[in-house]
Amino acid sequence: MAVAEPRRPRRLDRPALTGVLVREVVNFGSYWRSSTFSSTVEPTIYLLAFGFGFGSLVSKVNGLDYVQFVGTGTVATAVLFSSVFPAMFGTFVKREFQRTYDAILAAPVDTEELVTGEALWIAARAGTYGCVPMLVAMVFGLDPAWGMLAVPFVAFLAGFGWACFGVLISAVMKSIDNFSYVTSTVITPLFLVAGTFFPISNLPEWAQVLANINPLYHCVQLVRDAVFGFALVDLWHLGFLLAFGLVAWRVAIARMERRLIV
Amino acid sequence: MYGRDVPPAPPSAISLRGVVKRYGDVTAVAGLDLEVPAGTCVGLLGPNGAGKSTTMRLLTAQALADEGTIEILGHRLPGDSKAARAEMGVVPQLDNLDVTLTVEQNLLVFTHLYRVPRAERRAAIDRALDIANLRDRRTARVDELSGGMRRRLLIARALVHEPRLILLDEPTVGLDPQVRQELWALIDRLRSEGASILMSTHYIEEAERLADTVVVMAKGRAVAKGRPSDLVAEHAGSEALEVYGPPARLREVETAAHAEGWATRRTGTSVTILRAEVLDGAAPVGERRVANLEDVFVLLTGEEVV
Repeated sequence: MAVAEPRRPRRLDRPALTGVLVREVVNFGSYWRSSTFSSTVEPTIYLLAFGFGFGSLVSKVNGLDYVQFVGTGTVATAVLFSSVFPAMFGTFVKREFQRTYDAILAAPVDTEELVTGEALWIAARAGTYGCVPMLVAMVFGLDPAWGMLAVPFVAFLAGFGWACFGVLISAVMKSIDNFSYVTSTVITPLFLVAGTFFPISNLPEWAQVLANINPLYHCVQLVRDAVFGFALVDLWHLGFLLAFGLVAWRVAIARMERRLIV
Repeated sequence: MYGRDVPPAPPSAISLRGVVKRYGDVTAVAGLDLEVPAGTCVGLLGPNGAGKSTTMRLLTAQALADEGTIEILGHRLPGDSKAARAEMGVVPQLDNLDVTLTVEQNLLVFTHLYRVPRAERRAAIDRALDIANLRDRRTARVDELSGGMRRRLLIARALVHEPRLILLDEPTVGLDPQVRQELWALIDRLRSEGASILMSTHYIEEAERLADTVVVMAKGRAVAKGRPSDLVAEHAGSEALEVYGPPARLREVETAAHAEGWATRRTGTSVTILRAEVLDGAAPVGERRVANLEDVFVLLTGEEVV
């Protein structure tokens, strides 16, 4: 029987990524309800609470109805929540408790493909869940616009970066209890200083500088401009999100490899 | 007659030369040589902490050796590890099935991870279900299965791509005797079908029943290797003498035996004097029995069997 000598598998090869993704998709069938619920209901509550609570005090922000301002801003919140937390907790549980990664890495899959596959899947979910607040805001008077079609892609890109950031946190932390330090000191401040609920132009200068290195801020701006009209500055926002995703991706792989291959 | 009719020696499925693996100050594997000839089952027998699990991780490149060379099915590790992993099946010690998925879904996921072509997936899953004898449980969720069924599924999951080499890390640890025997039958069948197998275990009987060759590991090294019966003959002779008594009497027997230069081992309630077949009239009163692999194990590793 003549068998062609199989090619030596390359890095980041498709069958390996597909394998990791198939595992995630099949598993998603058993937990999609709870995941979808938490990823969409929470930002929607923020949207409604701020939109109507705060919106009764402020009617317009930067020339927009407050509901429209928050409705576009909370897209980024939904992206953040549906990517960074599943990445942190999910990869920690699969590595330490379920030992899933032992099984995957015993198959022809390398850490690079494992991390990339996990991040792509989380990003795809974030790209979908991220649109929910925008759709809810449309019920409350946000006008449809062609630029909205770009929102899932922006959400996917930002979600990929946050997913990789979450994988990185899980790779660095010794215990799952330590996650609360990261949540309190990193994620909550970034979540608040992102121009989601109030424009950063009213903040002191140091906070504005901080916001400019916050990927979430760039996501907020990009989503808002997608809905209300793109400007040249959006290339900067897009570039920042691309750089964030790229750096977080490579660092997450490196740290995860140190954790998994010992 | 040599060199003409003798076929070339079959290539080794696994070949380790002088492999060293350190974790900080601890040397888990300390210059291990290990050979698994193609088509045979090698049992890696050793007490807990002997370096068996580290060796298993080295073979899948989930641990990287500090020294030495590792070759699997002709692939040199760690560089060609991915190609090697594509051709082997690994049964882990810890159950890491996806518990909220069905039996069939678990297998489906692994047909993808092991790159089974689309057209062959259905058949690969059915074959794995047959091997594990789980055909009628295909739609059951894993968390509804018994411990024995889960372990069978764990083995079947490693076989969806018909690997030429199978690694079994403590395949029956923590299972009751009946389930253990069921798994032995399964492993024996794989062996008879021609797969190369490396199985780590600390159960003597398991190694004795399933392995063509046993490698006794202690403190990161292979301290003996051979067919189970040869190992017994070489290291423990043919007979052993069990002397029973209260602790004080046992100490007395031990001291006397060592003065005579006889090898002994403690078995909890008795002292065993090895190579009893050559003992003369000076031997204490006791029960004679056939020497076994357990005697070798204790003699070489210095560890009692639990």
